[in-house]
Amino acid sequence: MIALLTRDLRLALRAGGGFGLGLAFFLILAVLVPLGVGPEPATLALIAPGILWVGALLACLLSLDRIFALDFEDGSLDLLATAPVPLEAVVTIKAVAHWLTTGLPLVLISPVLGLLLFLPAEAYLWLILSLLLGTPALSVIGTFGAALTVGLKRGGLLMSLLVLPLYIPTLVFGAEVVSRGAQGLAVGTPLALLGSITAGAVALLPFASALVLRINLR
Amino acid sequence: MLNVQGLACARGGLPLLEQVSFALAPGQALVLRGPNGCGKTTLLRTVAGLQPALAGEISAAPDSIAYAAHADGIKGTLSVRENLDFWAAIYGTQGISAALEQMNLRALADRAAQNLSAGQKRRLGLARLLVTGRPVWVLDEPTVSLDVASVALFGAVVRAHLGQGGMALMATHIDLGLPEAEILDLTGYKARLPEPGTGGFDEAFL
Repeated sequence: MIALLTRDLRLALRAGGGFGLGLAFFLILAVLVPLGVGPEPATLALIAPGILWVGALLACLLSLDRIFALDFEDGSLDLLATAPVPLEAVVTIKAVAHWLTTGLPLVLISPVLGLLLFLPAEAYLWLILSLLLGTPALSVIGTFGAALTVGLKRGGLLMSLLVLPLYIPTLVFGAEVVSRGAQGLAVGTPLALLGSITAGAVALLPFASALVLRINLR
Repeated sequence: MLNVQGLACARGGLPLLEQVSFALAPGQALVLRGPNGCGKTTLLRTVAGLQPALAGEISAAPDSIAYAAHADGIKGTLSVRENLDFWAAIYGTQGISAALEQMNLRALADRAAQNLSAGQKRRLGLARLLVTGRPVWVLDEPTVSLDVASVALFGAVVRAHLGQGGMALMATHIDLGLPEAEILDLTGYKARLPEPGTGGFDEAFL
């Protein structure tokens, strides 16, 4: 299992692995929004939490179809399915690898982009915390979407349509944590809801992903 | 030991084969023959456990089957050694040097797999079987894109595997130089198509 994780990370970091795709998208979005909306600090500070969360979500979505598609095309997925590793573990490792190469870099770069969007100082802690809590759910739900559409030619559109509704609760509560934090209000409730969505997704979805993967490989 | 009794399998919802029975004892090889589309790959995928059988029974010791498909599952940006190391770690076996040696890949070990020729990639894909350490090899057209020398090399590898009590079930059109291998022609096992209209309404959604 560690071997699968190190392989996936190594593949992502080598040429053509797609590492940095989500990061670059996030960066571009945060740079373009002030240009489009105008440099008014008060306006930007108001929309910054939402923009940062929507950006992180779309950046995650961008790299989802790579999770299983490449392994499906070159036959590794068939071989992994017959290997002595439970498919539930395979999909979990895939989600972890996706989070480490997409979600974690987004979390780390988000304070810098918050600076570009005049995010109030008291919101930075909540921005990092909410992304840290929420992005694992994005990766796990996305892995489920990727498992549903594996084997479909250009299944990216279908996958986005399937996954986006499932992303909405995470987006709503994540952005709520940051905007409440920015206004100095209590963030306990949205933070707890965000955490419970992630915990539920991490606990249940790998089984569903493994099941649909098995059906798709037939 | 691999024992298949009364197996029926389907592809894309269409039954292809039925009443296929055979048994493999340690040291035996079985070659599947038949025209394109007769169900060789489907049978092998069913035996490998990738799809459920329509009917019949497949009994094998747990964790005894290693499957090699048309596609080799090679990652182009990893070196030959890294590719094999990964599969050795997945199967929990030690050491890939014997596999490199036997498939004549020693000189290519540190080359990125994307720079290999088609035949060399195939040799790498087959070397994976050696690092699985599993007794029953299920091979789907293992000799595709191999040259004459490599086919002979692979034939020798299969024979050595059989000599150690291994088993091999393969679909191939090329003679691997294994006169002791039994041949099973699948043309006689073709499934009769179901009567139209008997499948019921649900058929349209399966």
